[in-house]
Formats: sequence, structure tokens, C-alpha cells
Amino acid sequence: MAGTSVKKKGSGSSIHARRVIAYIVLIIISFICLFWFYVLFINATRSNAELGRGFTVVPGKYLGTNFYNLFHGSLPVVRGMVNSLIIAGLSAFLSTYFSTMTAYAIHAYRFAGRKAVFTFILGIMCVPTQVTALGFVKLVQGMGLENNFIPLIVPSIAAPATFFYLKQYMDSNLPGELLEAARIDGAGEVRIFNTVAIPLMKPAISVQAIFTFVASWNNYFTPSLILHKDNTKTLPILIAQLRAADWLKFDMGQVYAMIAFSIFPVIVVYLILSKNIVGGLAAGAVKG
Amino acid sequence: MKKKKSVVSRYNRWGYIFLIPFAVVFVIFQLIPLVTTIYNSFFENYMSGLKKVGPNFVGLANYGKLLTGGDLGKYFGNTMIMWILGFVPQIVLSLLLSAWFTNPQLRLKGQRFFKTVIYLPNLIMAAAFSMLFFTLFSKGGPVNSILISMHIFKDKYDFMAHIGSVRGLVGFMNCLMWFGNTTILLMAGMMGIPDSLYEAAEVDGATPGQIFWKVTLPLLKPIFIYVLITSLIGGLQMFDVPQILTNGSGDPMRSSMTLIMYLNKHLYSKNFGMAGALSVMLLILTGILSAIVFRVTAKDEVQ
Repeated sequence: MAGTSVKKKGSGSSIHARRVIAYIVLIIISFICLFWFYVLFINATRSNAELGRGFTVVPGKYLGTNFYNLFHGSLPVVRGMVNSLIIAGLSAFLSTYFSTMTAYAIHAYRFAGRKAVFTFILGIMCVPTQVTALGFVKLVQGMGLENNFIPLIVPSIAAPATFFYLKQYMDSNLPGELLEAARIDGAGEVRIFNTVAIPLMKPAISVQAIFTFVASWNNYFTPSLILHKDNTKTLPILIAQLRAADWLKFDMGQVYAMIAFSIFPVIVVYLILSKNIVGGLAAGAVKG
Repeated sequence: MKKKKSVVSRYNRWGYIFLIPFAVVFVIFQLIPLVTTIYNSFFENYMSGLKKVGPNFVGLANYGKLLTGGDLGKYFGNTMIMWILGFVPQIVLSLLLSAWFTNPQLRLKGQRFFKTVIYLPNLIMAAAFSMLFFTLFSKGGPVNSILISMHIFKDKYDFMAHIGSVRGLVGFMNCLMWFGNTTILLMAGMMGIPDSLYEAAEVDGATPGQIFWKVTLPLLKPIFIYVLITSLIGGLQMFDVPQILTNGSGDPMRSSMTLIMYLNKHLYSKNFGMAGALSVMLLILTGILSAIVFRVTAKDEVQ
């Protein structure tokens, strides 16, 4: 007994040292994560002339001017943000609603081929979107849906990864007795799904809605193959256009304002919802 | 009894009905494009100036051309180098952080803050993040100005003109965007290891280092392989960051051109035969890697 207590005291001081090291490393890593966004913020507040003179730690006074110039410049940024919002918002809604429906079909009913369907959906989870891009573009052209948001929104209904997460959550949070009770009360199957299953799935649905929204908001590859007209472009396409236009020779204040315009809304939303996001991610990881 | 069964099967019919939206969308937007992609890989079909060549059936000629004539090997190499440059620091950092976060003795405070911060870069639009790095690391950008004022650099360094710095930046960005995600995955794995094992090792007088290498790591192997292979699959799809950083050129001298950038180039120049063949090859490669993931995770479940 005495021996162990001495040992514990001995390792106590080394734990203290390790804790200090851990904090120092964590602070350095946090600095490396945040530094770029801090520089972005500072530079978005400074004029082109000030930016040419090198970096300063304090913000300038040109934030409003830079954004004014950005909104009145040649890039349709406000339209781009609206387009991004429409596509990401509708994708998140359709993806979560119909993925819940798919998961519910597998979870609540015992039909022939149920296991095979489940395995099949898991299998197609691994097919990257890029490898079907050629056929996808040809299909969209054939349907006359170029410059249309439909081919960027509707495919999110079949989202295997979202389905898998929701199915896992359903297994532990949607007991069959509850559905049976609703049936005895005379509710129809569609009604049970909408009024019993969906409300109980809300925590998982909101986590997946956030992830689908962010993935769609950030997506560059597919939209750039479908959207060519200026008034249909999303923010990532406009960023690529900014890069290609070599704006570096013009107004750097505006360039930083544009980058800030696409990054900061996501950061603000993330900070508000971070508890759900980081927690939900871990929950999915434990189960998946 | 018989009546009850018929009632049950009448309900179960709804399983099929609820699967309809998924099935219809999957067939139209994933299956048909996949089949068309494979079909196109057997045809010669490209634009020569304004003249359209094909489609003519050429069998496996596109695959042969890709494997022997083109720069496929080089682009595969680029993709792998940049993936490794991002993955190695990422896994080291993630192992370290997840071991600290889950260590019951350390009891680190402010964990939620740190987790929130390290996960943040994962949600940032890769295109915007890459554009940000392009401006920050440009010749007249703030990084050069800071390094010169700190007397680390004497002259402005052109990060975009050197193979090492461009690849290094891509790797660094990938690491920054993904290490938070990996940390959370590894943490979940570490929390699944029973405390009694750690206690037993401690009683036997094992040092923290020994516990990490001899207890944590071996037990973490399945999730470690999962992280490795899913990251590799993601690495093969690397596109946004190098595409925006180099404006699609993969400069200097196409040393940062990835496989998907190459595919994107074929899609834009409407060289559908080659794009198809390249897609099928990527599909097969991803399929093999995914099969390994499935085997590893399936084994994990059996245990």
C-alpha cells in the first residue's frame, strides 16, 4: 500500500510536466489553425496600398470599402452566395428527409431482400462522385439541365453515408413498439413516418443536415462542370474565377474580402453549432 | 395466426415504397452515369480543334494510351507524394492529440475549445482556403513580409515557383484540414479501450510511453487501418486545393497535377474516351481499397 502511494506521488510531478507540455503544444496547434483566418480578417480590412506595404497586426479601416467594391465589382458574388445557399439548403433538406426515409424502410419493415439492399447501399458508399462525372455531365447535357440547379440538388436524395449514420442512430433510438402503438391508434404508414419517426430522429437529422449543407456549400468539382452562366455560378466557382483572373495585379483588398465572404459565414455558423457538430461527429464515429 | 401474418406483410410492403425515392435517384444520377462512363471508355471521342472525332469503338485502346503514352504515372506519383506529405504529419498529430485528450490522468481542461478549433479547418471551403494560401504565400503576400521582417528570409521567396514549396503547401493544407477529423476518429477508438488494461499496465510499472506503444497502438490497429485507407481514398480524389493553388496548371512543370485534375482537364477538353478510361481505372483502384476497409472493419465487428 505504502509503496503504491509513493509511486503515485512520484508520477504526480511528471504528470504535471506532461500536462504543461500538452497545453503548450495544443496552444501552438490552435495558433497554426487560426493564424490564417486572423491574417485573412486583418487583410480584408486594409486597402490595396496598405497591403502593398507589408503585414500589420492591427486591422485597417477599409473593410466597408473593400466589401462595397466587391459587391459592385465584376464578380456576381451576392448572386453566388444566394445560389450557394439555395443549392446547399435544398440539398441538406432533401438529403436528410429522404435518407431518413430510406433508413426507415430498412429499419421498420421486414421485407424480402432487406439485408441485400442494406449491403448494397454500403457498397456504393465507396464510389467517388468524380469517377461518374463523365456520365453525369453527359446525362445532364442530354436532359438539357445545364446551368440548372436540379442536377446539383436532386442527387443528394441518394446519399449512402447520410443513410448509414441515420440508420445507426435509428437502431438505438426508434423502438419498434412505438411504431406499433401508432399503428394501433390507426395512423397510416406515411403519417407514422412523418409524425413519429422524423421528430424522434431530429438530433441525428440536424447533424447530418449541417454536414450535407457544408459539403454542398464547399463543393467545387461537380458544380463547375454544370454551371457555366454567370448568374448560376456558386461561390467556389467564383473563387476559381478570381484565381484565374489574376486579380493580384488589381485590388488585393477586394480579393481578401471575397475570400472572407466565402469563409466567415461558415465559421460563424460553426461556432454557434460547434457543440452539435463535434459531438455528433464523435457519436457517428463510435457507432460507425 | 394466419390473419396476423397477412397484416404484417401488408405493412412490410411499405418498405419497398419508402425505398422508391432512393432507388429512382440512384439509378438516374449514379448508375446511368457510371454505365455511360464505362461505355465511353471504349470509344475514341475527342475534339481536334473545332472538329469532333468519333465516337468510334476502339476497345481497350484508351486504356493502353493512358498507361503507356501519357503522364498517368507522373500524376499518380504527384498525388501520392502530396497525400503522404499531408498524411504523415496528420497521423502523428492526431495520435498525439487523441492520446492526450483521452488520457484520464492528464485531465486536460478546455478540451471542447481545442476540439472546436482543430476541427474548424475541415469545414472551410477547400477552394477558398487554397485561394487564401495562394494570396498569403504569394511573392508580395503577408507570409513573405512577416518572414523578412523577422529576418528569417533575406529576399522574397516565390513559393509558387518551386516544386517542393507547392507540394509542401498542398500537403500542409490537407494536413490542416483533416487532422481534427482524424483526431476525433482515433479518440473514439481509444475510448473503446477498457480502462482496466491501462490500470494493469500501470500496476506493472509501465511508463506512459510504453503504455502508448504497447497497449494503445496495437489495440487501435483496426481503426488505424480504417483511417489510413479512407484517407488514401480521399487522397486519390485530391482536387480542389492543388487546382485552385496552381490555377489548374499543376505548375511548376505539372509537378502538382493530380489524377482528378487530369480527369478534369479531359472533361473540359471534351476528350471523353480518355476521361472514361481514367475514371474506370480510378474506380477499380478505389474499389480495391474499399474492399480492404470492409474486411478490416468487418473483422473488427466479429471480435
